[in-house]
Amino acid sequence: MSINATPTGADTAVEETERHATVPAQRGSRRKAPLSENKKAERKLGWLLCAPAALVMVAVTAYPIIYSVWLSLQRFDLRFPDERQFIGLENYVTVLTNEFWWTAFGVTMLITVVTVAVELVLGMGLAIIMHRTLVGRGLVRTSALIPYGIVTVVAAFSWRYAWTPGTGYLADLFSDGAPLTERASSLAIIMLAEIWKTTPFMALLLMAGLALVPEDLLKAASTDGATAWQKFTKVMLPVMKPAILVALLFRTLDAFRVFDNIFVLTAGGNETSSVSMLAYNNLIRGLNLGIGSTMSVLIFITVAIIAFVFVKLFGTAAPGSDDGERR
Amino acid sequence: MATGTETTTRARLRWGLLDVLVVVFALVPVLWIASLSFKTPATITDGNFIPQEWTLDNYRTIFDTDQFVRALINSIGIALIATLIAVVLGAMAAYAISRLDFPGKGLLVGVSLLIAMFPQVSLVSPLFEIERQLGLFDTWPGLILPYITFALPLAIYTLSAFFKQIPWDLEKAAKMDGATQGQAFRRVIAPLAAPGLFTTAILVFIFCWNDFLFAISLTSTERSRTVPAALSFFTGASQFEDPTGAICAAAVVITVPIILFVLFFQRRIVSGLTSGAVKG
Repeated sequence: MSINATPTGADTAVEETERHATVPAQRGSRRKAPLSENKKAERKLGWLLCAPAALVMVAVTAYPIIYSVWLSLQRFDLRFPDERQFIGLENYVTVLTNEFWWTAFGVTMLITVVTVAVELVLGMGLAIIMHRTLVGRGLVRTSALIPYGIVTVVAAFSWRYAWTPGTGYLADLFSDGAPLTERASSLAIIMLAEIWKTTPFMALLLMAGLALVPEDLLKAASTDGATAWQKFTKVMLPVMKPAILVALLFRTLDAFRVFDNIFVLTAGGNETSSVSMLAYNNLIRGLNLGIGSTMSVLIFITVAIIAFVFVKLFGTAAPGSDDGERR
Repeated sequence: MATGTETTTRARLRWGLLDVLVVVFALVPVLWIASLSFKTPATITDGNFIPQEWTLDNYRTIFDTDQFVRALINSIGIALIATLIAVVLGAMAAYAISRLDFPGKGLLVGVSLLIAMFPQVSLVSPLFEIERQLGLFDTWPGLILPYITFALPLAIYTLSAFFKQIPWDLEKAAKMDGATQGQAFRRVIAPLAAPGLFTTAILVFIFCWNDFLFAISLTSTERSRTVPAALSFFTGASQFEDPTGAICAAAVVITVPIILFVLFFQRRIVSGLTSGAVKG
């Protein structure tokens, strides 16, 4: 969510001078000089104000994830609590050699890649419409916020009934059978539901980048005879790059967590389970804490790898990399 | 961009068409579920987009059952409490981040970023077990805690973006004019910060209102089950002959607050989401 988008091109020089002008003043306290009473008080207040938020965040995420690693090393089935014992990495072997896991992993990857790619294109279009439209800007923005705000489960039910033969307006239009009972069409509908719900969020993040594109630069490009497409690829895209990367990263990790839509649309039937769905089923339906935790840990590791790859690939443009510097 | 009236009209027409496309794309699924909720049991499977016979029976049915009313109370209570706490804690942290200089600031920002990207399902198994041991399973605090946690990054980012735009010098000026610290805060800073707090509260509320995974994993009875989780239990429940109408009516009820937020606070929501996104 946070990135210090450093606009390339015309703005950079201005931005730089501003930064140099303001930073030393704020940073003064970092020097080795002994801290004044005032600075000490400021530090203390800073820690005091951040402590509750930091404490809650760490207590509810760090501790459970560590506990989760511990659980994943045990045979722990709530239906047979007496058989609980430490078994090392056996659960990992069980999960990683299980075809359901890999099917779910494949489904999750497919959904992530396809939805994020489609959303990037549609989101860019929507962002441009929301940003530049000459008429009804408020109306467009208000409508676009509805998919963003609506409860995912509600939207999922709407899609489910839309594709139910007889009941739905879409089912009879596109197919003779029941689309939610076949694998390919189920997956397509899940992706449609995801795309509908999250494109506006992508568009809003992109619009934030769009707002950074200097109007003068576009005018100058027009004067030089650039076509609309050239303006888009040569002027807008480079300036928007940081915003695009943030949007991609956030949506990718969010898409990887896909759960609600699948739960309502297919309940994971016909091999449409995502990894989240599978972990949930093992835990709540199967009451197998050992296997469920193992999947939790594996999902956590996968997400960490995806985030790491993003940061590595895109270097300083990635969120977080610049945070420590400027704050 | 365009010169001359003719091209302007054509440009406007083109944008207008695109607008219509977006509006239809965004609204059709919402209108569809609303339409289903007004259909009678006899016509609910006729596949018409617009109901042939209108009825409010589905709404009467759900408000007559404990199952839905309890879930609605849970949803409202849990989301409001979680929002309140998240905004207060978030505001404290955001104030420190945007105004004070102290070591560890970067770390806090980094941690919140990590949590924003955290796969929630990874927490389901351990939280399920921990909350069972602590007696928090299937209680309001059992849901409020994870909601606060995942709402905090959102709150901190949005609020620090807002706080950075506040002209803090005004506070000094007020004090110079003889206002006490308290007065300066109440009369000068609080009114300036209020819109940001309000916007953040809306975003956080939407997030809590929306959650399904925690709601379905960390609850087991009506005691703390929220509407999104309860909806999936309407399915096939013997209580209703055909749950479709009831589910749709319940779905519409929990969509109403979202529609109201969006209608009245579109500008705020957009600015909240975009400012948090880039300026950080």
